[in-house]
Amino acid sequence: MSVPEELRYSEEHEWVAGLDGESGIVTVGITAHAADALGEIVFLELQPAEGDTVEAGESCGEVESTKSVSELYSPVTGEVTAVNAAVIDEPKVINDDPYGEGWIFKVRIADEPGDLLDATAYGKLIEED
Amino acid sequence: MPAEPSAVKTPLYDVHLGLSAQLVDFAGHLMPLRYASETAEHRAVRTAAGLFDLSHMGEIFVTGAEAAAALDYALVGNLSALAVGRARYTMLCAHDGGVLDDLIVYRLADETFLVVANAANRAVVGAALTERAAGFDAAVEDRSDAYALVALQGPDAAVLLAAVTDVPLDGLRYYAILAGRVGGVDALIARTGYTGEDGFELFVSARDAVAVWKTFEDKATPAGLAARDSLRLEAGMPLYGHELTAETSPFDANLGRVVKLDKPGDFVGKAALAAQAATPPGRRLVGLVARGRRAPRQGYAVVTADGTPCGVVTSGAPSPTLGRPVAMAYLDGGVAEEGLAVDVRGRPEAVDVVALPFYKRS
Repeated sequence: MSVPEELRYSEEHEWVAGLDGESGIVTVGITAHAADALGEIVFLELQPAEGDTVEAGESCGEVESTKSVSELYSPVTGEVTAVNAAVIDEPKVINDDPYGEGWIFKVRIADEPGDLLDATAYGKLIEED
Repeated sequence: MPAEPSAVKTPLYDVHLGLSAQLVDFAGHLMPLRYASETAEHRAVRTAAGLFDLSHMGEIFVTGAEAAAALDYALVGNLSALAVGRARYTMLCAHDGGVLDDLIVYRLADETFLVVANAANRAVVGAALTERAAGFDAAVEDRSDAYALVALQGPDAAVLLAAVTDVPLDGLRYYAILAGRVGGVDALIARTGYTGEDGFELFVSARDAVAVWKTFEDKATPAGLAARDSLRLEAGMPLYGHELTAETSPFDANLGRVVKLDKPGDFVGKAALAAQAATPPGRRLVGLVARGRRAPRQGYAVVTADGTPCGVVTSGAPSPTLGRPVAMAYLDGGVAEEGLAVDVRGRPEAVDVVALPFYKRS
């Protein structure tokens, strides 16, 4: 299962891109491992809209697959600056391209991100799963 | 769902690994949940053909001069009336009428019956049949480990099977079985299934499982338990542990027709089931179609317009054929079918009550 080196990961299987960027805006999605475990994603509900704030570790939506429903957690704290309307319309994009077209939302981070994992640590976590 | 190390590998385990199946522990067996896309697998069965490993199912043989009489006493159906070469859907009930398993019984010869049990209930069925057959000239033998079961299901199934078997399939009716050769191995060929499509279930020796699977692997789409569940749900077929449990009577599940109260002699559960037949059940099994995109799931409450709980969902999933989520649910007695919703994680999602099945092949 692919675990891109440049990303950071939460224990709840979200990925964060752009932490080292100067804009302070990061992109959030769910990992290939999580998408695969869920099966085909048929519905995505994102509670915050653009301009709302999210809290690291707090539930901010639900991901529903053909077989099950899971909470979606925000891996970072800050203001939502963009929501990927394309994945709300067609959630299966998350299965097809979890680290690309399947991104879910962008956040202008307000706090230092806490306990995010690097690719090695996340790779180990999913091995143990 | 990590598999228990003790989970049983079916004779097709290596084949599933080779096909990159996602394996799950299902009733103590390592079974393929899906190979790639469960929706594509589902559609393949509706439009062409799908191939399933059902080797986790239990094969229990009941043989002897009084095998039919023993089954008449043990089960709710009239098995002595079953013709050789035919199959019947029936149930094993407790004394109080609760369902211990739903079964298909095949009559292979006058004195030989094959009882196919759900994997999770195999031991319960074997023990109950042994106990109930005690007073009869009949032997009960669980031969599940010696058998593999492969199902070929879908509108193309008959053509695919005809190309590799020596028996004429035209004469093989729905719910019938005969012995023959399939792809060079001995098989019991049954025209039964759990998908709502035409199709066949092939009982073969465990050592022939890979050969029979490979006969079809390039022509039919390997399909896992996820597709099997959405197919049977669309076809309105009950699943043990969902629509049927030890707390459910056949009458609750609209399956009172399988209880043959007028067959000769007594049978286990008869008194309780006769009483239930005389009183309308307090609840009824219905089909629900969601108006929105959220799927009702097992255990979710059905609620009236004012939010009062009035039932419970037993199975639910997005329906690839209907393009909307569907569910089966028990509604409490007397509940009107208008204006209902399912409580999806705290939010009411509107549903329409419809007649089962959701899908019927044309």
